[in-house]
Amino acid sequence: MDKNIISNRVKVQQIVVRILVYSFLVLFGIFVLIPFYWMILTSIKDINQIRTEIPPSLIISFKQIKFWENYSAAWVAAPYWKYMLNTVTVAAISTTGTVFTTIFASFAFSRLNFKGRDILFMALISTMMIPGEMFVITNYITVANLGWYNDSQSYVQALLALTMPFMTSVFYIFFLRQTFKQIPDELYLAAKVDGTSDWKYLWRIMVPMASPTIITITILNAMGTWSAYIWPKLVTTKDEYRLVTNGLREAYSELAGQVMYNQQMAAALIVTTPLLITFLFLRKYIMRGVSRSGIKG
Amino acid sequence: MLERQSNLKAWFYLAPAMALLSVFTFYPLFNAFFLAFLEDYEFLLGTASGFTILGNFQKVITSPNFGIAMKNTSVITFISVPISVVVALLISVALNSIKKFQSIFQTVFFLPYVTNAIAIGMAFAFIFHTDFGLLNTALGWVGIDPVNWIGLGASWETAMFALLVYTIWGGLAFKIMVFLSGLQSIDKQYYDAARVDATPRRRVFTKITVPLLSPMIAYITITSFIGAFKAYRTIIGMFGTSLRPPGTLSKDSLITIVGLVYDALYHADATGKISEAAAASIILFSITLTFTLIQMQINKRRVHF
Repeated sequence: MDKNIISNRVKVQQIVVRILVYSFLVLFGIFVLIPFYWMILTSIKDINQIRTEIPPSLIISFKQIKFWENYSAAWVAAPYWKYMLNTVTVAAISTTGTVFTTIFASFAFSRLNFKGRDILFMALISTMMIPGEMFVITNYITVANLGWYNDSQSYVQALLALTMPFMTSVFYIFFLRQTFKQIPDELYLAAKVDGTSDWKYLWRIMVPMASPTIITITILNAMGTWSAYIWPKLVTTKDEYRLVTNGLREAYSELAGQVMYNQQMAAALIVTTPLLITFLFLRKYIMRGVSRSGIKG
Repeated sequence: MLERQSNLKAWFYLAPAMALLSVFTFYPLFNAFFLAFLEDYEFLLGTASGFTILGNFQKVITSPNFGIAMKNTSVITFISVPISVVVALLISVALNSIKKFQSIFQTVFFLPYVTNAIAIGMAFAFIFHTDFGLLNTALGWVGIDPVNWIGLGASWETAMFALLVYTIWGGLAFKIMVFLSGLQSIDKQYYDAARVDATPRRRVFTKITVPLLSPMIAYITITSFIGAFKAYRTIIGMFGTSLRPPGTLSKDSLITIVGLVYDALYHADATGKISEAAAASIILFSITLTFTLIQMQINKRRVHF
């Protein structure tokens, strides 16, 4: 009898704890989702409904939805098509560059044995704790001195200014080196016995084996470019060279006045959606990269 | 040693990355210190009238914006980081304890990480809108009058509150993922042993989970402090390039230290402005470095393993 009472009490306690845990998660889940919901809801409301309805309604009936009107108006409010094309071009160039330079450097740091390797690696790692703003100042001057930033800037010059400082990354070198180091030495020695060159070994064995990490690097880098704001603003002189985030911020820089809130939110969603789609399809790679980056050593 | 040294070959593989890093990372690091000590540096001409030891630092520190930026940066850092670390820790422990819907929750909590800081900042600005915003609507349900959070002439306190909510929202995702991966790597034996001893949950949390997760908590706290000290894009997202609610005075600006750097850099053509930007960035660096060193000292004593 006593045993039953105790086990029942434990069961009830377990259920209560479970309910509390789920309520806690749901509560914060809602907190995380609210901005998205508010963006979506506002983006499909009629502007008159927004302006006259105080307090605003939290749902919308199917008949009231102004999806097409708002989104087409938001789309033409700024040359997003051009901005997106610029962004994709910049992302493709800088990501390709980053992936190749990272593969080479990580290979040297993980596989080859050379004088000063550990000191050099430490020097690289220590730059990670320096705020990027310190680099930006000189890079701005460098880019101007190289002739990539001037009043008569050409598209190629703008692309060079936008991509060259981002063709490699200490963090990704660190990240890929960790993966490369996990590949057993025996493979390398066996390849050496067979007379395989380092170059061949890198491309035939190491790169395929580390492909999940390389995919993660590719995605994170490309997503970073999509959200870039400060550097593109600094080094582009013409509106048509701007990237998508700059386009969004500049199209709606006035906070006061007759703001078309629905179009503003539609535009914000147009810019956010490619990121969300990428995330939902490549979730595994992105989360892997991020949680891995938190593990030291 | 199994392999002989291959210096030449190694440098062949290192060359592309090292060439780029030399130009865009190592050189700028030293050059920032050089620029900060130049007097009347003309960026377009590349000329300077001489050297000054503290001149540029003095200009930065005595500018009215510096005190404001220091205050804002400190408030953002010391309020948002502790809150988001604790909340993220609780969420990840809760997330780790459930089986059903775990991956759905994980996806939801991760969403803020993959969004655009500017776009979401605009969404938050609209949540805090006086008349059409969601927050004032919700406050209306419990009988609280609409608050002018970030609208025309809004106060520094309300604007900062709005910014803090957005900052915490944006900072949770990364922390949750790192904590969760840390929790999943904790040996189950500890929890089994605790269960055999019928250890209460709170004790399990404070005596097993937190100590075993302490390296990760320390790591996250350091990186979050440094990250929060560099707050800037969130403010641009919410308030635009003015960095403050419309119709407010510059003393109520939400400018941060990074904001000082970029404000100077946007006026790079003016005499000496680049040097001021460099000086401000060195101040930022010394603050983040101090934090890193303090944290490292604490970790040496407290962190297990």
